[in-house]
Amino acid sequence: MIRFENVTKTYARGARPALDDVSLDIDRGEFVFLVGASGSGKSTCLRLVLREERPSAGAVHVAGRDLSRLSSWKVPDLRRQIGVVFQDFRLLPNKTVYENVAFALQVLGRRRHTISLAVPEVLELVGLEGKEKRRPHELSGGEQQRVALARAYVNRPPILLADEPTGNLDPTTALGIMRLLDRINRTGTTVVMATHDEETVNQWRRRVIELDDGTVVRDEAEGIYDSSRRGDPGTPGIAAAGEPLPIGEV
Amino acid sequence: MRGQFILGEVGAGLRRNLSMTVAVVLVTFVSLTFVGAAALLQLQIDKLQGDWYEQVEVTVYLCPQDSPQAACAGGEATQEQQEDLERVIATELDGVVEEVRVESKEDAFDAFTQRYPDGYLGTPLTVDDMQSSLHLTLVDPEEYEVVNDVLTGRPGVESVEDDRAIFEPLFLVLNRLSLLAAGLAVVMLVTAVLLISTTIRLSAFSRRRETSIMRLVGASNTVIQLPFLLEGAIAAVLGSLLAIGGLLVGVRYLITDWLAGSVPWVNYVDTGDVIQVAPFLILIALVLSVGSSYLTLRRYTRV
Repeated sequence: MIRFENVTKTYARGARPALDDVSLDIDRGEFVFLVGASGSGKSTCLRLVLREERPSAGAVHVAGRDLSRLSSWKVPDLRRQIGVVFQDFRLLPNKTVYENVAFALQVLGRRRHTISLAVPEVLELVGLEGKEKRRPHELSGGEQQRVALARAYVNRPPILLADEPTGNLDPTTALGIMRLLDRINRTGTTVVMATHDEETVNQWRRRVIELDDGTVVRDEAEGIYDSSRRGDPGTPGIAAAGEPLPIGEV
Repeated sequence: MRGQFILGEVGAGLRRNLSMTVAVVLVTFVSLTFVGAAALLQLQIDKLQGDWYEQVEVTVYLCPQDSPQAACAGGEATQEQQEDLERVIATELDGVVEEVRVESKEDAFDAFTQRYPDGYLGTPLTVDDMQSSLHLTLVDPEEYEVVNDVLTGRPGVESVEDDRAIFEPLFLVLNRLSLLAAGLAVVMLVTAVLLISTTIRLSAFSRRRETSIMRLVGASNTVIQLPFLLEGAIAAVLGSLLAIGGLLVGVRYLITDWLAGSVPWVNYVDTGDVIQVAPFLILIALVLSVGSSYLTLRRYTRV
């Protein structure tokens, strides 16, 4: 579904690359945690998938498209295949919950009738029924992220990207969002979640791809994330791609 | 659905930037008024030239008795010289001269006494004080130079004069005025372009949340950019309509009702001419606004 082939991304000429010769392969229906410290290249990965950036070298394939050959007028079509949520929710403050979700369909030219069916359905899925008329500032952070998820998913995209979706939320609320992402994943949607929330990663035991300084240092199924293992290379017994620590399933 | 959505966005954008929208309307109004004024002045010049040039002639003055001119050193033009000239006109200027009217000095004297029955400045004049002349109507009044070249210096010709020369100062003034209006129009149009692109930029900036979400969910460029293009176009077309209205009122009250009343022998531009210019003004407004907002948007709302 998403394939990186030796992707290098350098933002400024001569600068250290944000991604350095990264190869990844994410299958349809997978749930992947993209972990790493700030500046490790997680966001760059997501931006490349959305084709907000183009790789300096290498190829990115998303949903059967070679993004380096994708003409710019076909980019909107690519993005309709991808839902995105962010740490800061990015809701429109002057629109209600319903309008925020409907907006994603309106700009694609969907019929009013279609919208009036799809929006309540997705709002129910994310557990916001009855709050259609609220504005974002009247909602809690968790609820706002649910609205953002509803907006990202209302078009039923095959891929969902989440950039630190739980970063602004307390652990309990984060758990709710994670359950929702899991539920969406179980409908067959490929979910890629960039995060540095160790607890969440360790609870869910999904595939973990760890980036450090623009390179993939670990890629394991049912992995965990322990940021203390990185950044202190002198610590004995802790390799970048070490075995998972035994942590109780939650 | 999409049409309604886009119109809603346009309305929201115009309301949100009301003061800038008004500024765009006013600047296009003023600039297109100048453009229209320049165009109407040109039309007026054409009308006057069309009217007057048809009536004006090239006059070939034949040598009178005792002319001080060097060309007339041979004394008064003879009948033979006059016939020679008429032959030259019929052959060498065939196709240039449409008609020749001969005014003998007797005719000239009659015309003169009719106008000044008491003689010139109290001095009674005789037929011999007058001179004969040939009045040529040209097929194309612009070809005066050809006639002048052929006839000047021939025996018996004192001078060749183009009656159009009388109007030249007037046309010079009108042409200068229309150039001035066009120059001001250019300055104002540049202002309008800059203002429109600033307004669109402001509008795009104030809606950057919306446009960034539109891009993320895969809205096409058309859906993202069209509201901005339409905003600029609506404001500019509104300005052009005001300009047309202003020109209509101006022509109606200044020219048709006032100038035509006090100087009635001139054929003036009228409201019909304004209507004729109007589509071009609207077109200019559209091209300017769509062009400048398109260029702005390419920089500010790229996918």
